[in-house]
Amino acid sequence: MNAFQNVGRWLLPVAVLAAGLALWEFAVRVNDIPPYVLPSPLAVLQTLASDWPVLSESLGVTLLTTLQGFIAAAVGGVALALMFNQSRWLEYSLFPYAVILQVTPVIAIAPLLLIYLPQQVAVIVCAWIVAFFPVLSNTTLGLNSVDRNLSGLFQLYGASRLQTLRYLKLPAALPYILGGLRIAGGLALIGAVVAEIAAGAAGAGSGLAFRIAESGYRLNIPRMFAALLLLSVAGIVIHGLLALVSHLVLRRWHESALGREN
Amino acid sequence: MAGPASSSGDRRAEALAVQLRGATKVYDNGVAALGPLDLDVARGEFVSLLGPSGCGKSTALRLIAGLGAPSSGTVNVSRHASEAEGRRSIGFVFQEPTLMPWASVRDNVRLPLKLADLPAAEAGRQVGDALAQVGLSEFADAFPRELSGGMKMRVSLARALVTDPDILLMDEPFAALDEITRFRLNNDLLALWRTLNKTVIFVTHSVFESVYLSQRVIVMTARPGRISREFRITTSEPRGEAFRTSAEYAAHCREVSAALTPSYSGQPAA
Repeated sequence: MNAFQNVGRWLLPVAVLAAGLALWEFAVRVNDIPPYVLPSPLAVLQTLASDWPVLSESLGVTLLTTLQGFIAAAVGGVALALMFNQSRWLEYSLFPYAVILQVTPVIAIAPLLLIYLPQQVAVIVCAWIVAFFPVLSNTTLGLNSVDRNLSGLFQLYGASRLQTLRYLKLPAALPYILGGLRIAGGLALIGAVVAEIAAGAAGAGSGLAFRIAESGYRLNIPRMFAALLLLSVAGIVIHGLLALVSHLVLRRWHESALGREN
Repeated sequence: MAGPASSSGDRRAEALAVQLRGATKVYDNGVAALGPLDLDVARGEFVSLLGPSGCGKSTALRLIAGLGAPSSGTVNVSRHASEAEGRRSIGFVFQEPTLMPWASVRDNVRLPLKLADLPAAEAGRQVGDALAQVGLSEFADAFPRELSGGMKMRVSLARALVTDPDILLMDEPFAALDEITRFRLNNDLLALWRTLNKTVIFVTHSVFESVYLSQRVIVMTARPGRISREFRITTSEPRGEAFRTSAEYAAHCREVSAALTPSYSGQPAA
């Protein structure tokens, strides 16, 4: 029964996908729908293969932006949370602005950023704005969730602030930080895509989102689908990688990473 | 050698490990948790603080540990001359094991030494000794979640012992354990106390545990916590399973229980 459930968890979504694609392919063929209206799945795959040189280059650009935005968000979010944790005044002074940055839709900020910053930088800043807040708020939550008795123990043994941070607060906050990073990974990709679409500039070094917009103007619908597929896969891979890292780091001790047996 | 305890010029102060004089604790919300409390604990003595929950016995223990200052009065603890070398005069065992879940048993026990920046080799030796004392040498690489409740408590005890403290403060350490495990840990604690010659201040709400373990039982009343009575528990035989079932033990327990009863009747239902 259990083995059956395990297989089912993988098999069912795959079966749904296969059925959906088959239906789509069938509908396009039977109704003879032209590819500029709705390309069949096979046509999308063919486009992906034939346009691979262009699309792979764009994929690289978008992934690089996402990675830079993600790293900036991870470093910035954790660093800000550490600073807030050490100084109440700093937290009171700056935290509201972090919230404002988070709640203002990035798609509305992007055009302004593009005016004042070079496009390359503006795109990364967009990715950072969207992605850093979950890291900041999760890390803050983690740093404040330290066991009171353990804090007392560190106090009893005369631990310095740095020792308390390094040996107690950071390890205690690690599951929360990793949770924040998992959210930030997906958001960094979204931020990068939003900024690329807002930028809309042509030429070499343009990301996947730009390819989608460009193909839309040219009614190259199969390429739009192919680029969308790549973005989707990129998102899944980012999520999977971060989940894997989180699992590997926490597997020895944290409830979230333990098996359900016993 | 004698710490700040010898303020009054009292000769007995030489032999005192802990001295409280008129110590009180009033929390910020106005709750008077403790005192005024006068308490002398001699070096090498095993003393229990016994009372219902909320009687301030844990508060007294935290004051002695230096976790928070008294609102008035003084708390004196005799200090090591060699505290800089990773020895600390106080070891503390909490009610929960209070282990770091991300660290192995060895790293948990090593923590006090790491915080004192002791050289790794020296620290490793002391950690090995402490783990051997509580019978957990084979579990040095295990993680806390892999251990039973009793074993976690042993790790906590090993961590308190690793700095070779003069004074061991224990805050209801075995309260959450099953009776069989608690009896075993009681015996192990007594054996450790005899061989290591520590001062132990043991907080508990169990009459039977306090009588079984201590040379002196101090009964406290609640709100604010004060000493109501003191009992010296003398035994004709060494403490062990035989003592637990002896008439002498039962008589002591009856006496201490009787002293504890007024503190229940005087209170609204908890």
